[in-house]
Amino acid sequence: MSYVPNCDQDKKEMLKTIGVKSIEDLFKCIPQELRPRSFDIPEGRSEFEVEKYFKKLAQKNPSNVITFVGGGFYDHYIPAVVDAIVAKPEFYTAYTPYQPEVSQGTLQAAYEYQSCITRLTGMEASNASLYDGGTALYEAAMMAIRITGRNKIIMDGGVSPIYRKMMYSYTSNLSIEFVEIPVTHGQSDRETIEKYLDDKTAAIILQNPNFFGVIDDHSDIVKTSHEKGVLVVQSVYPISLGVLKTPNEMNVDIVTGEGQSLGIPLSFGGPYLGFIATKKEFIRKMPGRIVGRTTDGNGRDGFVLTLQTREQHIRREKATSNICSNEALCALRAVVYMSIMGKDGFRKVAELCMDKTEYTKKRLEEIKGVEVKRSSPTFNEFAVKLPKDPNEVISRLIDKGIEAGFPLGRYYDDLKDYMLIAVTEKRTKQEIDIFIGSLEEVLWS
Amino acid sequence: MELIFDRSKPGKKGIRLPEKDVPVSGEIESKYKRKDLAELPQVSEPEVVRHFTNLSKKNYSIDSNFYPLGSCTMKYNPKITEKIAALDSFASLHPLAPQLIMGGMLTQGALEVIFNLESILSEITGMSAFTSQPMAGAHGELTGIMIIAAYHRNKGNNKKYVLVPDSGHGTNPASAAIAGYIVKSIKSNDKGVMDLEAFKKELNDEVAAVMLTCPNTLGVFNDEIKKITDLTHEAGGLVYYDGANLNAILGKARPGDLGFDVVHLNLHKTFATPHGGGGPGSGPVGVKEDLIPFLPISRVIKRKDGTFALDYDHPLSIGYISPFYGNFGVMLKAYAYILLLGKSGLIEASENAVLNANYIMARIKDFYEVPYKDCCLHEFVISALNQAKNGVRAIDIAKALIDENIHPPTVYFPLIIKEALMIEPTETESKETLDGFIEVMIKISKLAESNPEFFKEFPKTTPVGRLDEVKAAKDMDIAC
Repeated sequence: MSYVPNCDQDKKEMLKTIGVKSIEDLFKCIPQELRPRSFDIPEGRSEFEVEKYFKKLAQKNPSNVITFVGGGFYDHYIPAVVDAIVAKPEFYTAYTPYQPEVSQGTLQAAYEYQSCITRLTGMEASNASLYDGGTALYEAAMMAIRITGRNKIIMDGGVSPIYRKMMYSYTSNLSIEFVEIPVTHGQSDRETIEKYLDDKTAAIILQNPNFFGVIDDHSDIVKTSHEKGVLVVQSVYPISLGVLKTPNEMNVDIVTGEGQSLGIPLSFGGPYLGFIATKKEFIRKMPGRIVGRTTDGNGRDGFVLTLQTREQHIRREKATSNICSNEALCALRAVVYMSIMGKDGFRKVAELCMDKTEYTKKRLEEIKGVEVKRSSPTFNEFAVKLPKDPNEVISRLIDKGIEAGFPLGRYYDDLKDYMLIAVTEKRTKQEIDIFIGSLEEVLWS
Repeated sequence: MELIFDRSKPGKKGIRLPEKDVPVSGEIESKYKRKDLAELPQVSEPEVVRHFTNLSKKNYSIDSNFYPLGSCTMKYNPKITEKIAALDSFASLHPLAPQLIMGGMLTQGALEVIFNLESILSEITGMSAFTSQPMAGAHGELTGIMIIAAYHRNKGNNKKYVLVPDSGHGTNPASAAIAGYIVKSIKSNDKGVMDLEAFKKELNDEVAAVMLTCPNTLGVFNDEIKKITDLTHEAGGLVYYDGANLNAILGKARPGDLGFDVVHLNLHKTFATPHGGGGPGSGPVGVKEDLIPFLPISRVIKRKDGTFALDYDHPLSIGYISPFYGNFGVMLKAYAYILLLGKSGLIEASENAVLNANYIMARIKDFYEVPYKDCCLHEFVISALNQAKNGVRAIDIAKALIDENIHPPTVYFPLIIKEALMIEPTETESKETLDGFIEVMIKISKLAESNPEFFKEFPKTTPVGRLDEVKAAKDMDIAC
């Protein structure tokens, strides 16, 4: 099985035209001594057998688990329309739209995606996608370094620890100075941030809601940062923008985020969608593909990849980034999701998340020894202090078919008693009640 | 042309959401709230479906068109692999689940997929170990160069340069530069491969790595490749294999045996996962034994009892390059593809990819200049220099092909050939399709002789004609 249409007759005729005796003759430019020392691959199997094999593997991952795990990646409902549109071969089997005349579908969808991201964040410009929220944040930091010509980065402790780890990996061979500001009271610590802002700082990186689910209004930090010529990068959770103050309303310079919540399945970590948006003045410093609207010779409107002189295929080692393939099909999911949810639906999803989160908090507070952090407002995720080791609690709840949350001790040494709980619009009152009942049982019986 | 926003009207609703079922409200202070709602479209479900369906019709795609795009390996994407990746127990799996105590139990099937894929890719390429974390080819390049940098740092080596032949993909120099190296470009010789003397001149103990594509972007296999890898090793450098063109040599040569230290593959090329209109891809990276300690974390391991787990205990690792384990959905499709084809199928794929390329070259070489025709594997490059004398440039030929329902080859690449058209048919095209393409190419070459003025009007059959790219860059209308 190799999806090869050529039959023996075809091959014979083709070899004759080429003027060689066998297919092997075509490989004579590979010297014999360089041929494989081994190629121990099992022989192929039928479609039926392979499907059966994967179904068996899939069964090893129970799918009927009720999840309260988030950490920046959420179990949101995906409307059937989203799956139906991305399943169109005209979208998913198309190439990068380098030939615009035969790629207007992909290009227009990307333009509409860019428009939705700018409308959601309030920013003026978005690119057509990056790999994920973590690499988008790293690209934003590099962008700020290019714009300012400075090389110090301040990172708020509320930025996802996963993203902070990624940032350090990517920059380990570069001379960039990092400062981390611990989060003490839930929101960003203004006093300490101000101490570190100076004329060497390229950017401060913030997250809203932060890793603990805490909501903040960073407007004041933006103001002090700008006074020192420091750019502000903010990582956001797109669903929260159905309700929350936009990065633009806070005058943030570069916005990034993980678009998984916009109609993309959790799929064990990917493919996801990195987004990046900025102010008009910084567009030419932004990495990745950008789609622009223009006209053809007859004055008809159309779309092209634009500002390509920023990119690796033109600029090689001088490019703004090395990115080539992006996450176009995931961006298509996102624009279809935002279209089908629409202006009101998008807000409603955000509100449902917040209402159900509040209900979960209230129910948790009824359990003896459980302490919900109430010092700052949260969106749909929050930290709780447990009277028992969260790891033990989580593992016992997994036995009951519930992913209770994420143990914060994994990333924060001083938060070993804490668990992070996420509640999306998919969690019903009944599921929350089952969770509360099971948790109480695990803790106290 | 109508945008989704043009269909929007207040009061129209898309999906119906469940009613609130909890007796409390999560209302927050207004200072944390946005002033106005985001102006997302207000459209009904039938309108959303019609809008995007009509958009889809404005695309060429591999299911409907021939796509001889050099170095892009636009092969057919099997349907069964889509079905497998969409299985609910894979698609709904939370990536943090295996990081919970006992959570590994919930994800054994997924971890097994990653482990098995990494093992089988190691055997296919002759490498010691793989990480499937990189999310695209260029991301794999960056990961590979970061691994090389970590290796040199650990050895106390002071290396500054990465050498890249002038025929290399643009991502190669870009990735090396972003990782902190100075890039030196090495010229090609008259056979189309990196010039050995020029290479030797630049090779010294400050060279961290040499990045090569083999066969290269001209479809030429460098028979001195072993000499290059040996020389680099003697100078204390490492050799990087850009796997974009692996589809040419499955079962015929393995980068590991050729002396390469680091390899990235493009699962969306060689292993038939769909390109998605530009992504998502997947760019796993393989390394030799000495470099294993530097691979990104987490790594998937198989325990003695046969279960699978995540392993973070690698102090020399370059760290996190992905939030989790890579583009798992893409990996599933590639792994399924490999199991479907198996050993013979993979070899058959490469053999027919090479046969198809050679067949096209043999039949059009009298009509177009072929600068390097001694060796042709899965792709070859023609130059439209002869046609350009009449004013018909490579881009004009590309646009003429569009009117024949054929997606154009890669144009103006590699940069070392003027008026380049890079042709890669892949193995999943029939002789009939190739014959059709050949006839069109011959017709176009004749038309370039007789009526060169016709070409400026191509394409005529598409929703739009040639678009004004200068205006696009000037106006910067990139959102509305």
